[in-house]
Amino acid sequence: MNLVTISGPPSSGKTSVILKTIEALTRRGLKVGVVKFDCLYTDDDVLYEKAGIPVKKGLSGAMCPDHYFISNVEEVTQWGIKEGFDLLISESAGLCNRCSPYIKEIKAVCVIDNLSGVNTPKKIGPMLKSADIVVITKGDIVSQAEREVFASRVNLVNPSAVIMNINGLTGQGSFELSTLLHDEKNSVDTLVGRELRFTMPSALCSYCLGETRIGESYQMGNVRKINLENRQ
Amino acid sequence: MIGRNQIADRHIGSLLEDYPFLSSFFRENGLDFEGRDDSTLNQMFGEFDEEEQEERAIDPDLLMKQTAEFINQMLAFLNEDNEVHSLTILPGTDKSGEKEGFDSLVIRKSEVISIVGPTGSGKSRLLGDIEWVAQADTPTARSILINGDVPDSTWRFSTSKKLVAQLSQNMNFVMDLNVREFIELHAESRLVENPGEVVERIITEANKLAGESFSEETPITSLSGGQSRALMIADTAILSRSPIILIDEIENAGIDRKRALNLLLSEEKIVLMATHDPILALMAHRRIVIKNGGIAKVIETTEEERTILSTLEELDRTVLAYRTRLRAGEILIKG
Repeated sequence: MNLVTISGPPSSGKTSVILKTIEALTRRGLKVGVVKFDCLYTDDDVLYEKAGIPVKKGLSGAMCPDHYFISNVEEVTQWGIKEGFDLLISESAGLCNRCSPYIKEIKAVCVIDNLSGVNTPKKIGPMLKSADIVVITKGDIVSQAEREVFASRVNLVNPSAVIMNINGLTGQGSFELSTLLHDEKNSVDTLVGRELRFTMPSALCSYCLGETRIGESYQMGNVRKINLENRQ
Repeated sequence: MIGRNQIADRHIGSLLEDYPFLSSFFRENGLDFEGRDDSTLNQMFGEFDEEEQEERAIDPDLLMKQTAEFINQMLAFLNEDNEVHSLTILPGTDKSGEKEGFDSLVIRKSEVISIVGPTGSGKSRLLGDIEWVAQADTPTARSILINGDVPDSTWRFSTSKKLVAQLSQNMNFVMDLNVREFIELHAESRLVENPGEVVERIITEANKLAGESFSEETPITSLSGGQSRALMIADTAILSRSPIILIDEIENAGIDRKRALNLLLSEEKIVLMATHDPILALMAHRRIVIKNGGIAKVIETTEEERTILSTLEELDRTVLAYRTRLRAGEILIKG
């Protein structure tokens, strides 16, 4: 089975892109499943079910979604293998810009949209910079010039990636993406022992453990303070 | 090809001299490179300790690799002869598996081809095939040749080298910039050498197309529909490197459509125009008829159709004249 991780800021169009891409994969006779990781709520699993795609969802709740994802990725991989998928797509929302969900040698796709603004690419960390493929959505509603500027900004922060424009509504571009996702050679049996491409955002402070009160005396562990000094 | 070993020990100053485009690369990647001409790239990337690497999500190894990749891409972009003289479409099949109704369609630069057919008939797929330079490997099994040859795959994957630029009715400006700043930003991303001149030219051309003129200080989000389309067309004609322009309808308001097409053609573009408007369809030299996911036929605009076009244009002018007069508060009279 192949595993592909797809990440991107909320509402960037991940689910639409995946649904359209799976249509093309299925036409090639491939069996595809999806695992949807989110934080508090998602009904995207219903969309996948409606399309007849086997799906599991995981909600991280109070935990950092990245940490939750990586703690469960082996289990879902085993689920996918057991179901006999040719390809398992893990979809996760990158809820913070320091998000870093990619695994070495596992194909990584970042979905980001033209409406997020030209300064967004430089604000996003490993989720964009270390992706193999960057999919840019919502190109049908902005001008050609803005599309070109946005793509060139993405290229500046990740020159290694293949950058593709996909229209999540019509599916234009999704066939092309589908040709890049499955390759017999990339088959995985287990992820045990594999490594992340980049460390995840870290946090272990009193608030991680349920503290609700405000004030220095309640802050313990990994605490960092904002710098309010005037810079010289 | 420049490898990472060739740049790792070079000084920032001399790298910037050879590759001035690196400054935007460093800037976008949040590197503090100003006044550091005498450090080497290795020193600059190496000075982050482990905590700082985590903190700022910097991976020096990846950064070095990507710097080399970026230099190679930009050098290729600047030196490349990307000229597209012709585009050839070789037939595939429609949704029922029937062979398409033409043998080979060669489109040359400065030619306008319209695309007609019901909504959902396969116009997007045709565009998709062109953009992806299909080699009988898409659902339609069409093949696309550039300058008569099988093109190399960089057309598929390069960011700076895109075959098709698109202009559509639904497009809007979303940036918070005025007209000049906006074009400058676009020019910068295209590594244009004389941005000032280009900005001038685009604004002049756009104003020739627009019914109501605008200045370089106008915020792009407050342009009218006609002005926006005029600016998008002039900007795409002059600044976009893509040799093929796909237009998805041009609404008949606030813009001189004939002039817009002529501008694109004078910039030696190949223009494909998906339309339901008879005037636009007949303005083209030829039209592609799409049915059931395939190209059913390719029709050359006939002499008789050209006379019909003149009649339609006359009607169009009449409608526009009434429109202008109504907007001015006049009462219409016959004749």
